Amino acid sequence: MTSLKDILAKGKEVQTGRVFPRAVFGAENHDLPETMAQGELDLLGLWGDDGCVHAAMFDRRDRMTGIVTIEAAKGHFPSFGLHFPAAVRMERTITDLFGLVPDGAQDTRRWLDHGQWNVSTPLGQQISAPPCETYAFLPVEGESLHRVLVGPVHAGIIEPGYFRFHASGETIVRLEERLGYVHKGIEALLQGADVETGAKLVARVSGDSTVAYSTAYARAIETALGIDLPPRAHFLRGIMTELERVANHMGDIGAICNDGAFAMMLAECSVLREKVARTAFECFGHRMMMDKVVPGGVATNLDASGISCLRTLVAEITPEFASLMELYDSEASILDRTETTGILSPELAAAFAAPGHVGRASGRNFDSRRDCPHEPYSMLPAFDIPVLKAGDVDARLRIRALEIPKSLGLIIRMLDHLPDGAPFRSMNAATGQICEGLGITESFRGNVLVWLRLSAEGTIERCHPHDPSWIQWPLLEDVIRGNIIADFPLCNKSFNCSYSGHDL
Amino acid sequence: MTSRYQIRNLSRRTKSENGFSASETALAELAARVNQAAKMQLGRSLAIRHVDAGSCNACELEIHALNNPYYALERFGLHFVASPRHADVLLVTGSVTANMKIALERTYAATPAPKWVVAAGDCACGCSLFHENYAVSGSVDKVVPVDLHIKGCPPNPKVLLEGLLALLEINAPSNAI
Repeated sequence: MTSLKDILAKGKEVQTGRVFPRAVFGAENHDLPETMAQGELDLLGLWGDDGCVHAAMFDRRDRMTGIVTIEAAKGHFPSFGLHFPAAVRMERTITDLFGLVPDGAQDTRRWLDHGQWNVSTPLGQQISAPPCETYAFLPVEGESLHRVLVGPVHAGIIEPGYFRFHASGETIVRLEERLGYVHKGIEALLQGADVETGAKLVARVSGDSTVAYSTAYARAIETALGIDLPPRAHFLRGIMTELERVANHMGDIGAICNDGAFAMMLAECSVLREKVARTAFECFGHRMMMDKVVPGGVATNLDASGISCLRTLVAEITPEFASLMELYDSEASILDRTETTGILSPELAAAFAAPGHVGRASGRNFDSRRDCPHEPYSMLPAFDIPVLKAGDVDARLRIRALEIPKSLGLIIRMLDHLPDGAPFRSMNAATGQICEGLGITESFRGNVLVWLRLSAEGTIERCHPHDPSWIQWPLLEDVIRGNIIADFPLCNKSFNCSYSGHDL
Repeated sequence: MTSRYQIRNLSRRTKSENGFSASETALAELAARVNQAAKMQLGRSLAIRHVDAGSCNACELEIHALNNPYYALERFGLHFVASPRHADVLLVTGSVTANMKIALERTYAATPAPKWVVAAGDCACGCSLFHENYAVSGSVDKVVPVDLHIKGCPPNPKVLLEGLLALLEINAPSNAI
């Protein structure tokens, strides 16, 4: 069995900093994706660069993370999507943005490029845009099927995306997603930006995961520059990350139940979420803690009153949340909607390496807090990672419900052992040489990954923020098959993929 | 059937907070745009249709919070609707992306007059980092006429609510121009 370590040893090693290795392979290595698919390797992300593509890989056996780079020859690179199904949309994006073409790929339609930009391949050659073409949706054949078209503007307070359902009676035969509506050109904005501007941009890749993104970005910068942080900074980041997880999980649980006509859970969970947001404001100065994690540490210290405010919050919401879950468990009407609805099989979750709650509700035992070791979690005693096998809406809800008390426990543990000292150290990004780094953080949605390369002058040459939604979105298409249209909101909320994080 | 939740809460204060008032800044901005026709037809209740035209979803979380029991938006006569056809107000977030421009224009066209457009958040107001590039058309007022700007990254629920209350106040039939 090929391990990631063996594969990386065969390439040209690049110094990425001390945490994650990267190796470069020439374009002649056509069979590299296939070789990797034969090992126990998961694809964490795939993105383009100047004349090459980078694949972040995770070795399940050795619990090791690294980056495999394949150079493109005459604009072509071997397709990962043929062997890693999650890579298909990432490759279509690489073609849209960089003009690099995956050899052998079956789906060659544009993805983020809807023909509305004045330019083609904006991060590559920047050729003038070809005339807008009609998007070729997948053909659907069969008698008495009807079509339900939704979006991009949805009926609620939601991000935009387009869903094309084909149904036989009430039963969904196929869902096809079309995304990219909120593509803001974040990667183009990042190119040439200074480290501070980059931090502000990455903090807004997906607002609900702003702390996770800021932390992953900051880790990437710090890894690139080879600097260590004062331990207090790591702990404060950890507290904010867990607080963000609790807030979002509570919001999601309420929203799922609301779509199952159990509105009381939404009202109660939104109260708990509001308490978290207000505490975050009181302790860190922003309801979502946006821009509070910065390269070098954190932008705000936590004083004694902040600590007691956090302790009060945890003491208050822990029993309140537990009684809400008792209520959920006691209502047959909501369980009837969530149990056995929208099942993601463990096989498919494994084949896609489904991140976050989506994977963990379908038997995939992966959490980057444990599996891609980083501070502050590597400084804390091991903690349980809840994993379930049922793979239905109920299991995805329960993973969140199980994680909330764990996160609250982690917050208390970090408060108990909060190191003294400064929460920030200054640094100079202009090192006189090109350097690069990778940062990984477990957001409430799954592992967020930020990779970047800094110029000798300390500006960003290239930065790719990667959202777990890339891998979760295509799985939603499978999960909904065979379910009734009325259950789509439940399935969709149980995933809660980010549009903005995916569209970039 | 009375649940134990209901019994428990008999002795509790309501969570809904008071003391929200129409934002003076918003009233000043709106004063120039109000017209008698809108007052006659809209009155003291406004139906709001939210459109994300390119937001990072932080604004959406705070707009969602308006519905929680602390802010309880609906007690003021404000409520969110599912279609622009039912709306008096378009609440638009995000720097308008090239890929969302047509959808925003169509949503605006589908909203019956008289209508108000509120640009919510720094991106929608044109003061964020997501300025014009190949993928972004720009602030909301570059695409549809905007009546009220509510800044913030994201604007918190209180700021959002006080901006919307100003819209209500300016539309109230008793309010002289």
